[in-house]
Amino acid sequence: MIWNGSNECMSRDEMRELQNRRLRTTVERVYHNSTFYRAKMQELGIMPVDIETIDDLVKLPFTVKTDLRDNYPFGLFSAPMSEIVRLHASSGTTGKPIVAGYTRKDLSTWSEVMARTFAAGGCTRQDIFQIAYGYGLFTGGLGAHYGAELLGASVIPISAGNTEKQVQLMTDFGTTALCCTPSYALYLAEAIHDMGAQNKLKLKYGFFGAEPWTNEMRRELEEKLHIKAYDIFGLTEVMGPGVAYECEAQCGMHINEDHFLPEIINPATLQPVKPGEVGELVFTTITKEGMPVIRYRTKDLTNLMYDDCSCGRKTVRMHKIMGRSDDMLIIRGVNVFPSQIESVLLEFGETAPHYHLYIDRVNNTDTFDIHVEVRPENFTGDMTSMLNLGKRIEARITSVIGIRPHVKLVEPRSIERSTGKAKRVTDNRKLY
Amino acid sequence: MIIKQLSVFIENKTGRLTEVTELLGKAGINLSAFSIVESSDFGILRVILSDPESAMKLLTKHGFTVTLNDVICLYVPNTPGTLNEALQILSENDVAVDYMYAFAMKDDIARVVIKPDNIERCIEVLQRSNLQLAKASELYEF
Repeated sequence: MIWNGSNECMSRDEMRELQNRRLRTTVERVYHNSTFYRAKMQELGIMPVDIETIDDLVKLPFTVKTDLRDNYPFGLFSAPMSEIVRLHASSGTTGKPIVAGYTRKDLSTWSEVMARTFAAGGCTRQDIFQIAYGYGLFTGGLGAHYGAELLGASVIPISAGNTEKQVQLMTDFGTTALCCTPSYALYLAEAIHDMGAQNKLKLKYGFFGAEPWTNEMRRELEEKLHIKAYDIFGLTEVMGPGVAYECEAQCGMHINEDHFLPEIINPATLQPVKPGEVGELVFTTITKEGMPVIRYRTKDLTNLMYDDCSCGRKTVRMHKIMGRSDDMLIIRGVNVFPSQIESVLLEFGETAPHYHLYIDRVNNTDTFDIHVEVRPENFTGDMTSMLNLGKRIEARITSVIGIRPHVKLVEPRSIERSTGKAKRVTDNRKLY
Repeated sequence: MIIKQLSVFIENKTGRLTEVTELLGKAGINLSAFSIVESSDFGILRVILSDPESAMKLLTKHGFTVTLNDVICLYVPNTPGTLNEALQILSENDVAVDYMYAFAMKDDIARVVIKPDNIERCIEVLQRSNLQLAKASELYEF
């Protein structure tokens, strides 16, 4: 279902006009209300009047994560604190957290884009919606909450964790839609199985995001939970979840470009790439009031698709994130993305989708170990076939990435599960 | 003549093995044979015990990865040449041995556990040559 027909199906020309107007308003706003952006623009000798259309975006400076950290907590806000009605912060694993501030209108925008997201997957006010994203400073829980509520679904604000209770409520309340990280969804699937609840559930849809996940992981979740699994994309700096979402065609994610203007740049040259080319995703918010961001570099790699989508929406689509320019590992001189490893493991299907990468340096050479859990149903008791499985996985990974890992088969449940974003890499090398 | 052997996937971690033996012991399950096949990262425990089905349920419940395999247990007199004789018979009849383990004390019949590639054929061939195979009931209760 299309939640907002006029905006989601607007023609390219009309969208451009809308974006032009909104960009001009936003540039005015940040120039006059944010010392940070005014200083940046003055450095480049740019005035708001120099920005007339979205083609003028290239004249504007970029914003990066460290800008938010360096101006912690409220340095990037463009509204006085009296107008900020909500503060969120993302976990700062290194350094200070990223803080976002929202005005009342921002919260309304956020609910709107989230309602579009869930409606696109088929949710209606008849659905029973279980939100297993953490509620609190993390944007996932409350973001999903207000969107599902606007949509009219019956929201269960259970937050993350307390897995047994999650399954109990799923069974007792007849949950039809689940929203959480894909790795937690896998954990829930295991718990559902352990508790023998598989046939007692009414799950129909899953909306998963906040961490990267492959199409193979999608198939795994759809099979295990008997649902249709939808990808959702967002980031705290731009809003939270709700920046982009899949429709029933699942051919990339529609970006809510009437609110978040996307660009793809070459991360090395910082220039816009040719249409359709892969590069770094950049966003300019054009309706946010509390903390608008100009040309925010996400470090996520993808490409944009402007061709027609069978769902009828005309908004531009982004491909599933292909990797991050900073999650990328360089092992023995070769670029490796954890998602490549995940794809191979899930393609094989003979091990569980739980793995962890260990990288170290021994005698000046990088070592690369992959721990992957065996699947009880694939254990024949035969040593040869187990060793063989390890070797076959090693061979396939080698052909995909170009270097050979050591694959170690480990017992089921021995790799740490997470209720939020899964940490799949331990890099013990001291590289900097 | 088919003996059920339990195979357990065990990571090469201290204490993992005793967890298994503790669980089995507390459940009153008696062990008849116990060996480990090892590799650098993990091992496979091979156990013949008094109640293979219960043991499997018990260990699975406690998070172990287990499966049951069919093996045979051959009796041979504990004198030189008897094992060779048995293995020759198998080899002449194209029965391959995947693995085996055996033990004997002085003045005792040797017990030889064999995992053949084709268990029905193995049993048929050995019985045809009048070799003695243990019945499952001689090793454990059903």
